[in-house]
Amino acid sequence: MQRITQVSGRAIPMRGNDIDTDRIIPARYLRAITFDGMEDHVFEDDRRLGSPGHNRHPFDTPSYQGASLMLVNSNFGCGSSREHAPQAIRRWGIEAIVGESFAEIFFGNSAMIGMPCVTASSEDIAALMTLVERQPATVLTLDLQAGTLDAGSVRCAISLPPKQREAFATGAWDTTGMLLDRYDEVRATAARLPYTAGA
Amino acid sequence: MGQTLLKKVWDLHTVRQLPTGQTQLFIGLHLVHEVTSPQAFDALRANGWTIPFLDRTFATVDHIVPTSDRKRPFIDVMAEDMMSSLERNVRDFGIRFVGLDDQRQGIVHIIGPELGLTQPGMTIACGDSHTSTHGAFGSVAFGIGTSQVRDVLASQCLAIEPLKVRRIRVTGTLPKGVYAKDVILAIIQRLGVQGGNGYAYEYAGDAVDRMSMDERMTICNMSIEGGARVGYVNPDDTTIEYVRGRPFAPPADRFDRMAAWWKSMASDRDASYDDDVEIKASELTPIVTWGVNPGQSIGIDGRVPAPAEGADPKGISDALSFMGLTAGQPIEGMKVDVAFIGSCTNGRLSDLREAAQIVKGKHVAKHVKALVVPGSTGVAHAAEREGLDEVFRAAGFEWRGAGCSMCLGMNPDKLQGDQVCASSSNRNFKGRQGSPTGRTLLMSPAMVAAAALAGEVTDVRELA
Repeated sequence: MQRITQVSGRAIPMRGNDIDTDRIIPARYLRAITFDGMEDHVFEDDRRLGSPGHNRHPFDTPSYQGASLMLVNSNFGCGSSREHAPQAIRRWGIEAIVGESFAEIFFGNSAMIGMPCVTASSEDIAALMTLVERQPATVLTLDLQAGTLDAGSVRCAISLPPKQREAFATGAWDTTGMLLDRYDEVRATAARLPYTAGA
Repeated sequence: MGQTLLKKVWDLHTVRQLPTGQTQLFIGLHLVHEVTSPQAFDALRANGWTIPFLDRTFATVDHIVPTSDRKRPFIDVMAEDMMSSLERNVRDFGIRFVGLDDQRQGIVHIIGPELGLTQPGMTIACGDSHTSTHGAFGSVAFGIGTSQVRDVLASQCLAIEPLKVRRIRVTGTLPKGVYAKDVILAIIQRLGVQGGNGYAYEYAGDAVDRMSMDERMTICNMSIEGGARVGYVNPDDTTIEYVRGRPFAPPADRFDRMAAWWKSMASDRDASYDDDVEIKASELTPIVTWGVNPGQSIGIDGRVPAPAEGADPKGISDALSFMGLTAGQPIEGMKVDVAFIGSCTNGRLSDLREAAQIVKGKHVAKHVKALVVPGSTGVAHAAEREGLDEVFRAAGFEWRGAGCSMCLGMNPDKLQGDQVCASSSNRNFKGRQGSPTGRTLLMSPAMVAAAALAGEVTDVRELA
């Protein structure tokens, strides 16, 4: 299993609170039986309509192409539980997301596919976004173990649940194997439930 | 110290603590649908995994189903592919399946309760965020992503973080013209769209105690819109009588024993909560969303806010410009092009009855396209037996077959261009109803009915 301790590269800023998963990947692209090509449609409607305050959507801005980190504000990924949203972002090339806060299901789905979502203070996110917009070539290094994000002139603390950091470090974020381990305990749990008794 | 229902159900279903700090939680009912499962089945095949608890797994089709012409193959090739993929998967793995032609077909969150699959004290998972609906029965129900669907199929378990509990007491009597939908919209308005992050919401108080199961489901359904992945109501006699006699309910000889257990799972009187909130029912008015998330809402007699009036001025100005609204404008009188009654939030029989009462003997405005989409074939048949379909047709509504329809843009029912839709669904996100520039106003089914008649947002209290 892949171990994830550090992500290094350029960053793409995606401003706005409460960015929902319908915006990240419109529902019409869920009519597919694989995740292949999901990245081609990431933020598709936002990109077509233009993003207020920007001449060009960040995902269409040449200097952000090839970014491996994404910077977001609060409650990123709210709404639908579609894993297609983190899949589209991950397949586009993003390896980790740094934000003020994340919606719970999105946070969990991202972890399940090995894309850490870490949080930083509003002030630090604002400083990082400004830095990256002014100097898109800046290389950022996210160190999960040290709990830091180093962007040269801006260096800040990031957080993620300690056990999750450990899971990324050991590769234990790949859950199915873990859930199938010691399966007699699962059967024992099922057997003691009142509603399975007569089934 | 007493315990909450969440804690009791959680402890009972805990297999063990995982090295990741998560709980390995046994899932008592896994509901599967066409959209979030194909990649999970592929993973099972690739790894040679089988499904250990087929008796705890149930599948149906809802999101992509056309509501007017259901002939196979579907005109939409991708939808057809998705449909046949699910049919192949349930056949190969031996999963119980309610297909398109089955009289029990419908939206997964409507048929689970309707068939008696959903029961108190259970853990439930489904690859859909509105799985919180099932919490109305006093179950702990999670919306999950596809990798977790894979985990539950392969192991009947989830690796998941424990939740805190916020009790939300709705006290007093709801005024006439104010419904369960307004209650949950008011809760989201007050606590915010991310207020529930990390929490399960326990809905309590005498107003909730008096509610029917349909009303409780409407409230629990939109927990996720407030950021809470799980929402629930403690099981009581209303819950028990709803479940009794349904196809998958415990048989008569065991029913009373099960019902006693269900009641014992309710939160204890002296349970402690991580947070406690009171909502006074008598102060509520019909609520309409004006923006692009379910927290951006106002009372029907309110005015659309100015950017400076909120905590997120940029978010407000962005929403105003998308919606084509001006700060300070009243929401009443906003012209609507489409009226949609349906969805897992408000597609049940009582919702259709409430709307029918408003439209009976009247007619929708000339410029409005209005449709009613029953949440399940069972709901459709029950409504037809009462003649509700005729009431709606006579008023100029289209009467459709069961499915998710215009709640989300995955089937032929979609907004066109920048149409404004008065909708009984759950999300007003940009593009949610299938047109990137389409605009959604969330409200109760009765308010949608009133808007359809007037051709603009209107106060149902003047008609009810």
